[in-house]
Amino acid sequence: MSTQPDLLYTEEEEALRAAVRDLLADHCDAAGVIARVESDAPHDLAAWKALAEGMGLAGLLVPEDRGGQGATHREAAVVLEELGRAVAPLPYLTSAVVATEALLACAADDLLAELASGRRIGALAVALNVPAGGAYKVVRFEDGALHGELTGIADAAVADVLLLPADDGGLYAVDASAATVTPRPSLDLTRPLATVTLDGAPGRLLGDAEPAVRRALRAGAGLLASEQLGLADWTLTETVRYLKERKQFNRPVGGFQALKHRLAQLWLEVVNLRAAARNAADALATCSDDIDVAVAVAQAFAAPVAVHAAEEALQLHGGIGMTWEHPVHLYLKRAKADAIAYGTAGAHREALAELVDLRAP
Amino acid sequence: MTDAAELRRRTAALLAAHPPAGTERLDFLRARFDAGLAWVHYPEGLGGLGAPRSLQAVVDAELEAAGAPDNDPRRIGIGLGMAAPTILAYGTEEQKRRYLRPLWTGEEVWCQLFSEPGAGSDLAALGTRAVRTGEGDWVVNGQKVWTSSAHVARWAILIARTDPDVPKHQGITYFLCDMTDPGIEVRPLRQITGEAEFNEVFLTDVRIPDSRRLGDVGDGWKVAQTTLNNERVAIGGMRLPREGGMIGPVSRTWRERPELRTHDLHQRLLTLWVEAEAARLTAERLRQQLVAGQPGPEGAGMKLAFARLNQEISGLEVELRGEEGLLYDDWTMRRPELVDFVGRDAGYRYLRSKGNSIEGGTTEVLLNIVAERVLGLPPEARTDKDVAWKDLAR
Repeated sequence: MSTQPDLLYTEEEEALRAAVRDLLADHCDAAGVIARVESDAPHDLAAWKALAEGMGLAGLLVPEDRGGQGATHREAAVVLEELGRAVAPLPYLTSAVVATEALLACAADDLLAELASGRRIGALAVALNVPAGGAYKVVRFEDGALHGELTGIADAAVADVLLLPADDGGLYAVDASAATVTPRPSLDLTRPLATVTLDGAPGRLLGDAEPAVRRALRAGAGLLASEQLGLADWTLTETVRYLKERKQFNRPVGGFQALKHRLAQLWLEVVNLRAAARNAADALATCSDDIDVAVAVAQAFAAPVAVHAAEEALQLHGGIGMTWEHPVHLYLKRAKADAIAYGTAGAHREALAELVDLRAP
Repeated sequence: MTDAAELRRRTAALLAAHPPAGTERLDFLRARFDAGLAWVHYPEGLGGLGAPRSLQAVVDAELEAAGAPDNDPRRIGIGLGMAAPTILAYGTEEQKRRYLRPLWTGEEVWCQLFSEPGAGSDLAALGTRAVRTGEGDWVVNGQKVWTSSAHVARWAILIARTDPDVPKHQGITYFLCDMTDPGIEVRPLRQITGEAEFNEVFLTDVRIPDSRRLGDVGDGWKVAQTTLNNERVAIGGMRLPREGGMIGPVSRTWRERPELRTHDLHQRLLTLWVEAEAARLTAERLRQQLVAGQPGPEGAGMKLAFARLNQEISGLEVELRGEEGLLYDDWTMRRPELVDFVGRDAGYRYLRSKGNSIEGGTTEVLLNIVAERVLGLPPEARTDKDVAWKDLAR
């Protein structure tokens, strides 16, 4: 596609951002999230209900005639920016983007509409670290039932329906009550992983797994960049705010040139990430023939920026940044986990080597 | 309101009255200026029609399609990008009418006499003196440096100190200086690439009539901000296709010369390719913001990004070329009229790009600007603000 991507935000997108930010301010304040992630229910299902059902945002990627809102990845990306800013423990990326994209590739409109309504949460049972096109584990389909164990499944603990690739090449839907979902202590407290074990669970065949999984993971990777952007933007903004206020040596710490330069460099990285993330969201939204490159660039760029932003925030907060009480650790853990999710920056660079013909020796 | 259709009509009329094939280049350019199609956002009578700046592309496309000559903008970049907007903003009607037309047609090349050996990042500390004569004109003495095009320029924009007894920002005045004055001596300043793209300019008893003062006496710093802001816009505002910048040549070399590839270089190349693409998208986003009338602060960052990328990418290409990277195309001392950062070979690009983080504001100063003006962090301590220029440490 030769037309230029639209890298700006529309007025409607800004209004959506403001509404999501308001909702998260009410539901997902930092102290609340810190307390919640150590409880038995780390996910904030009340916030999910308000966002997904109340505002109807779980169905952004689903056409209206299939039970959704008929919006695009551009709007979903704005929602994810705000979720990233709040490190909100909501299964939006995993259910409203990744599982939804997998269903969009299949003929299962009843399930799709349920996910789009926000009344049910879906999870694609592919390990979070797998990039689009990467190898993933499958369960065994035997005598009409599914058997096996899949590890590293993000947000599976709150999923009502699991989408599982099986060894016959099919993608199956399994009701979560028919599977054993075991939460694992996870680096990212706000997007915890679980192991899914099936012992003769009944499954409903949705379609071919390979194209559905590839499509789902590509969209997940592309929109993850917007979540990383929101995360990086919050850590920069909060660090700047704190350094204007924090005084040592009888002056605001933010007046020391060594720190000013680090923050200015970080700002530049975030500005670049915004362009790369908008480009990926716009490519996905417009079905551009540049999607693969746009997604790979956004992911290869986003991961180091988000990690750098969170690491700088921790260091520049000094001792307070090292405490459990201060939320910066949630951002660091999310950023570091995001650097692996849907493929590392290195995996996306390898993909680019093929896509733009800069091949390995 | 002049819209795109009106501009097309006027462009067609210009082409009909002055068919490019049968018209002298300079005659065509003058006619284009007089038709208001030179820079459509300028006022009528000064080469424009008071139209939105974004519509210039309409005119340019029509003229290019008709094979019309252009004004070779790269040769007169300082005039177009820096002198013209400043003259437009601060010049008298007479000055605007006298200088803008030959500036735009390229008949008169301009250079910029700002930096001095003792006033680089701290430009406002400049010491070139302009003293008023009994007749009200000015006599200028001093030395300027890093002056590109000085050896071909007819005119210069010049800032000089007219009052040493007030703090440094207040005692500066802005002039239009005749480069053919006998008191002007231009010496090439050879740089690390071997050539002399820049000059040193020595001013000895240069007489400038008061009619060539731009803005009020003592207002030169404010006037110069217009010049410098336009310089940064010009540096950061380009529109590039993918691989359109420094990443282009090294990517082509990589594709064409598989025998040069190593795993280490591959990782570094891909990382830089991604960063270059992100910077390109950021520049495109900035452009879209400007078109939409929402200028953002991102412009300040683009020069920072491109300076670092140009340096790292060209450095990588020197390494990639192996034995060839040990050679250099030509150390001959020359005085080029045009500068092409992406031109010549990798060694030249590597050395020339070292200037990208110095010229037009050093990376260190720009980081301060971003930190203070964009992020609102406390400014650097300024011990020189309230001290008379003559009492500053030198």
